[in-house]
Amino acid sequence: MLVVDISGLNKSFTRDKRALNDVKLQVREGEMVALIGASGSGKSTLIRHIAGLLRGDRDGGKIAVFGETIQENGKISRGARKVRTEIGVVFQQFNLVSRLSVLTNVLMGLLGRVPAWRGSLGLFTKAEKMRAMSALSRVGIDAHASKKARNLSGGQQQRAAIARTITQGARLILADEPIASLDPASSRKVMNTLDRVNREDNVTVIVSLHQVDYAKDYCKRTIAMRDGEVVFDGPSSELTPQFLQELYGEHSSELFADGAAVSTKPVAKPIAEKDLAVATS
Amino acid sequence: MRSLFAFTSGIRTMNSSISSTSSVATELPPRDLKRSASSFLLWAIILGLLAWSWEGADMRPMALFENSGNMVDFADGFFPPDFLMWKMYVEEMWITIQIAIWGTALSIVCSIPFGILCSENIVPVWVYQPVRRLMDSFRAINEMVFAMLFVVAVGLGPFAGVLALWIHTTGVLAKLFSEAVEAIDPEPVEGIRATGANALQEVIFGVIPQVLPLWISYSLYRFESNVRSATVLGIVGAGGIGMVLWEYIRGFYYAETAAVMIIIIISVSLLDMASQRLRKLVT
Repeated sequence: MLVVDISGLNKSFTRDKRALNDVKLQVREGEMVALIGASGSGKSTLIRHIAGLLRGDRDGGKIAVFGETIQENGKISRGARKVRTEIGVVFQQFNLVSRLSVLTNVLMGLLGRVPAWRGSLGLFTKAEKMRAMSALSRVGIDAHASKKARNLSGGQQQRAAIARTITQGARLILADEPIASLDPASSRKVMNTLDRVNREDNVTVIVSLHQVDYAKDYCKRTIAMRDGEVVFDGPSSELTPQFLQELYGEHSSELFADGAAVSTKPVAKPIAEKDLAVATS
Repeated sequence: MRSLFAFTSGIRTMNSSISSTSSVATELPPRDLKRSASSFLLWAIILGLLAWSWEGADMRPMALFENSGNMVDFADGFFPPDFLMWKMYVEEMWITIQIAIWGTALSIVCSIPFGILCSENIVPVWVYQPVRRLMDSFRAINEMVFAMLFVVAVGLGPFAGVLALWIHTTGVLAKLFSEAVEAIDPEPVEGIRATGANALQEVIFGVIPQVLPLWISYSLYRFESNVRSATVLGIVGAGGIGMVLWEYIRGFYYAETAAVMIIIIISVSLLDMASQRLRKLVT
């Protein structure tokens, strides 16, 4: 079954430059797909389009999720809210409500499923709370359920965000740079959690990543983007350093490490080589 | 004398230390002509504004001194303050505070929806512009004017005062509330939206938890100022201690006036202190 079906999607924030250029993409049920590319290549923009949080240009582009149109020709469709209940989004900045407890944040996942009046008043049944708790224990942070979200570490917050999508019962998880602001140990935990949800619940996962090594470790399929275009779509095993260098040119060093360190030096060769070694190991 | 000497010698040592390091220091940055010109212009505008307003405001500072005899006589009338009727003053002060409590409570209830509807990051332009203009008009008219109108509508007494505070404070709080809403982090709201929540739920769970401490703080602050406003609402017949105050001033009972003013000062200061404590607790 086709989970995501994108055709002819364009997006221009300014008149002269396209953030997304004729994107055509299909993702099948149960896949775990990595979305890689340098910063500014359009990964986040694409994910936000699939979630219906951004609208594409009005030139015929279309996105369907689970066969339901979420946006077409630059317009979010009426049924978008219903489709969104099937889509869980995990953001780089976690996007939890920091003053609310972890449990409440996770219960927010049910807002699209319970009657509007009950959700608005924050009245959740015991069964619903238990469902949220079991999601929290699956990601390993049930001990922190009553803490305020902001008192958790970054990695824990991100796992709480994943617990929110589990509680939501999402059949597609869109993760927008979920590990970009985390340390390596937390990154592994978050990626492992996504991996488990993908394998155990058969949830389709599209995860955008800054580092290619994570893509290779966790995802069979990788989609690479450059300047708003899909330039590679295939098995992650085909992503050799040479291939990436060819694909991304001078940007390639940025794909392996955080690009910030590179810019100060005229030629980033030593850094790139070191990181390439890490990536292939 | 000795300390002066110590001071000058201190300067001398400072000077020598400066000259010894001057070889390291580079030159002063060149004076920015544009900046000094614009600061000169700014001062010229401020002084010009003050001069222009002198006549219109009938500024006669000398009158303070020329009629100093009268002023002394006038001030003399206030002493000693006459607390004979203190029970009645305190009772009226309580009524004043009660007017402020209800006026503030009603306006908080109304400011929540109006504040949201004024926020440009929540509602489209064709909603927030008209609502903002409505709130402007609530705010532009002073409580006293509303009080006069409501006295005609609902009769003399505290209820007119409550209504007046309600309308005016709604205008003020809605603006403050919406400013808080416009400063929120959009990310948690997006997180809520992504779960399939509706627009109202986005506000309830994404916006309000973020702004609540500020909203509470603003509301308490408005309560403080509403108590102050309520003390004068009585002048137009809208109840409370202002009514007593106005009667005494009109009747030249200055000793009693002084007593009432002292009661007002004490209760307003106590309330300000208490609400300041509370505000510190929430933020």
